[in-house]
Amino acid sequence: MKEAQMHNETKKYGMAIDLDKCTGCGACMVACMAENNVPFRDDETDKLLSVAWMRVFKMTNGKAFPDTDICYIPRPCMHCEGHHGHSPCVSVCPATATDYDNLTGIVSQIYTRCFGCRYCMAACPYHARVFNWWDPVWPAGMEKTLNPDVSVRMRGVVEKCSFCFHRYQKAMETAHYEERAELEEDEYQTSCTQACPAGAITFGDLNNPDHAVNQLVKPNNSHGGKPKNPKAFRLLERLGTNPKVYYLSSREWVRKAGDNYVKNEKLRST
Amino acid sequence: MKIDRRCFLSLVIGGAAGTALTPLPWKMTDDSSIWSQNWPWTPVIAKGETFYESSACTLCPGGCGITVRMIEDRTVKIEGQTGHPVNDGGVCVLGLSGLQLLYNPNRVTSPMKRTGSRGSGRWEPISWDEAIGQVVGKLSELRENGQPQKVGCISGSPYGTVPELFKRLMTAYGSPNVMTVPSLQDSLQLTMKIMHGSDAMVGYDLENADFILSFGSGLIEGWGSPVRMFKANSGWKESGIETVQIEPRLSNTAAKSDQWIAIKPGTEAALAMGIMHVMINDGLYDSNFVEQHAGGFSGWKALVMEDYTPDKVTAITGVPAAMIQKLAKQFAGAARPLAICGRGQGDEPFALNETMAIHALNALVGNINQPGGVVAVPKPDYIDWPDAEMDDVAENGLAAQRIDGAGAGKYPLTSSLLNRLPDAESAYSLEALLVSNANPYYTMADARSFQKQIEKIPFVVSFSSYMDETAMHADFILPNHCYLERYEDVPVTAGMAQPLIGLARPIVEPLFDTMNVGDVIIRIAQEMGGSIAEAFPWESYEACLEETLGDKWETLNDEGFWVDEGFQVAAWEDAFTTESGKFEFGNASLNLFPGFNALAPEGDEASYPLILIPYDSMRLANNAVTNPPFVMKTIEDTVLKGNFGLVEVNPETAKSLGLSEGSVARLKTPKGESRVKIHLYHGIMPGVVAMPKGLGHRTKDRFTAGKGSNIKELMGPVEDQASGLDVAWGIRAKLTKA
Repeated sequence: MKEAQMHNETKKYGMAIDLDKCTGCGACMVACMAENNVPFRDDETDKLLSVAWMRVFKMTNGKAFPDTDICYIPRPCMHCEGHHGHSPCVSVCPATATDYDNLTGIVSQIYTRCFGCRYCMAACPYHARVFNWWDPVWPAGMEKTLNPDVSVRMRGVVEKCSFCFHRYQKAMETAHYEERAELEEDEYQTSCTQACPAGAITFGDLNNPDHAVNQLVKPNNSHGGKPKNPKAFRLLERLGTNPKVYYLSSREWVRKAGDNYVKNEKLRST
Repeated sequence: MKIDRRCFLSLVIGGAAGTALTPLPWKMTDDSSIWSQNWPWTPVIAKGETFYESSACTLCPGGCGITVRMIEDRTVKIEGQTGHPVNDGGVCVLGLSGLQLLYNPNRVTSPMKRTGSRGSGRWEPISWDEAIGQVVGKLSELRENGQPQKVGCISGSPYGTVPELFKRLMTAYGSPNVMTVPSLQDSLQLTMKIMHGSDAMVGYDLENADFILSFGSGLIEGWGSPVRMFKANSGWKESGIETVQIEPRLSNTAAKSDQWIAIKPGTEAALAMGIMHVMINDGLYDSNFVEQHAGGFSGWKALVMEDYTPDKVTAITGVPAAMIQKLAKQFAGAARPLAICGRGQGDEPFALNETMAIHALNALVGNINQPGGVVAVPKPDYIDWPDAEMDDVAENGLAAQRIDGAGAGKYPLTSSLLNRLPDAESAYSLEALLVSNANPYYTMADARSFQKQIEKIPFVVSFSSYMDETAMHADFILPNHCYLERYEDVPVTAGMAQPLIGLARPIVEPLFDTMNVGDVIIRIAQEMGGSIAEAFPWESYEACLEETLGDKWETLNDEGFWVDEGFQVAAWEDAFTTESGKFEFGNASLNLFPGFNALAPEGDEASYPLILIPYDSMRLANNAVTNPPFVMKTIEDTVLKGNFGLVEVNPETAKSLGLSEGSVARLKTPKGESRVKIHLYHGIMPGVVAMPKGLGHRTKDRFTAGKGSNIKELMGPVEDQASGLDVAWGIRAKLTKA
């Protein structure tokens, strides 16, 4: 039997972002915008209206000068698995416009199905979803820079990070053509991972022990993917959303800022 | 009719059941979603075969290699070039947005002649023949009057064939006034001249250093070659190399470093002197280097021991004496420690004795031309044209004093002093100015005074691809191709530890009626005739470039970059070409020694109780390039909100002024004032206000114009006595509730 006809192993694509390396430069945001045809407007300073799939937030430890510390935290879609694919947004979508793909673990967004009720935005604890209040408009000629692999979104629909799913599709096409069932680690990488000048983002299959992302975070799949690496954490871990984006930081205040802790509560020890 | 309970219930239940059964609400929901998604214009993105073209990015001096993803004749995305010695696949936020500069609505689409008043934005498109004819006419007229020195030229960088063509044009024409935009490299190269005796650039072997002491350098905020710096920083994190950041504001670099030393603004060099005091006092220096390969140590040592005791330095810098001791021990104790200077992105020059102080710190540990140290890198030397023949007019013109006073009189060492345009003692004024690859009207420190000087020049020509501030205030615009449409060599000068050249190549056909500035210079020269035309024997710029690069041309065209594989760092025995043949800790005849200048910022403390300092951000281009839309999108709402720029103020300072987060305030300096919003930030020293560079454009670009304020218009000059460069690091300021 040809290898391509064999059953694919279930993947769980995920990301580990090293916050010790992240410089907050913003390259991941623009790499994402350029790859995914994200629109822009004259004024983008109202961040509730600004469409961005990847956003870099700035956190501070809240201490007074000179004990202040800051840390940047890039936030793509977390592609929550929840319990068996019941991610917060997928469970509430009345149009099946967003779905959990069991083969890759990627949460999709199908623009032509979405009718803009924005339940998913309300349900997402990470503010990873944005609504298109306007039709996108590109200055004359600039539409030539649009990427044909990603559809352009119309007014009235919700959009979000897709882990550059079109890159997965392209890589799979090539693999099928070459009669392979499996992708190499570097064949499918997201645009932000590729661009990050600090090399802070690692992307790959969390289920595959040979992939760097698995080795970095050491997810414990019998416990909802909780990381075994004590430096690793996930945003709002205690909500049980089982996100596939992990963060690494050597600073305790940063790890604590990733979730809601009561004052003086100790971090769980792994 | 009496409504009883039964009647009411049947109405409600019946109504609800009726509504649920009719198709009306469902139809209305459906219709409203269809209506809300009506799209007047549906872009159908053409598919096609994908391929990749490599080129060099010219948007900053960093010299990264880029790979452009193409679909048929369309450019779709810029990515970092894998395997490039500078950025190896990485790319910065500005480089990624390059295609938006190609298709920018603010591009100049053909040669233009101004019809309204300067800055009014009224232009008339003209032909290239007419545009070049106008420039040739003006230049010929000045030459016929025997005043060729009255033509000035401003170039963004001093290196590469285009700046060299400008220099050659000016030489053959007869003007000494070739100026470049000031940068930290100016100060560093003067330092090399004095301490090494050589005409070299400064490179840093950052990847191999094992202790980094940064005197305010925004190592991950665009200092040097940004992507290379990000990679170096990640390398330091992986191998646990300690970095120390010294500056008054918790910048991204400070937050990423292991120690942040909050120092009083402008006093970084004093701390370096204090550290050296401890090292000398405790014998913590490389005595082999200092005794065998360096001169002038004992004389200068006395000055250090006398003036920079830890107590005195504490009084100047606010850094505790114990910390100075600790830093000295850490620095001297490391195997390959490296001290770096240049505030923020290093766009502004540093006082000469202060760069010398930081360099002396590296010399004390013998970390010159060593792995992990400071490396003297030869200036690009591949441009080897025969000297231009000069006629009598040219010789007379070249004999004139430079308009900016550089290279003679008080400033014999400095090669260009754009900030002193025109020198107060100059015997003449400029009648014509050519500006290429620079936007000095916006970027020059003390912008308002500089703008007044530009306004006085009757004939200003801009070669900008964009309608930037300088172009808006010019008389003629002869637009250059965008960097993705033209050939240009990019010698990498930003602190690389080996000589490297990149080649920008035309990836797409020119979109508009533009011309490579190199071709324009050659055509101007050829139309001028006589000895000027003879100095430019090339048919076109491309022919000139190919001939100049010689055997490197093929490599550059194939790979996009050329590295000097044979480059070897000079050993100490051969590295120094001072009179003594040794490294010099100072120069007695110039009375220049590593030290600290207490350069007070402009303004009196009573009227201006605060100090305003600029800061740099990767997300704000602040040189010749203006932020494209994608980069504007990444700016945080604590930096720009609507049209308000936000300034960072310590909550304690804000409280005493009655200001809170988001409140509108008037920021006043001796140079000007601006309406700003307040952002409370614990990471800024009380009494200091920080404002980002790169905002407040005054063009007609709808994505950037009128957003925030240009800090350069609020800053005044502080001149370095030794070099004449403007080394202002801040200005006194006042914040009042508006």
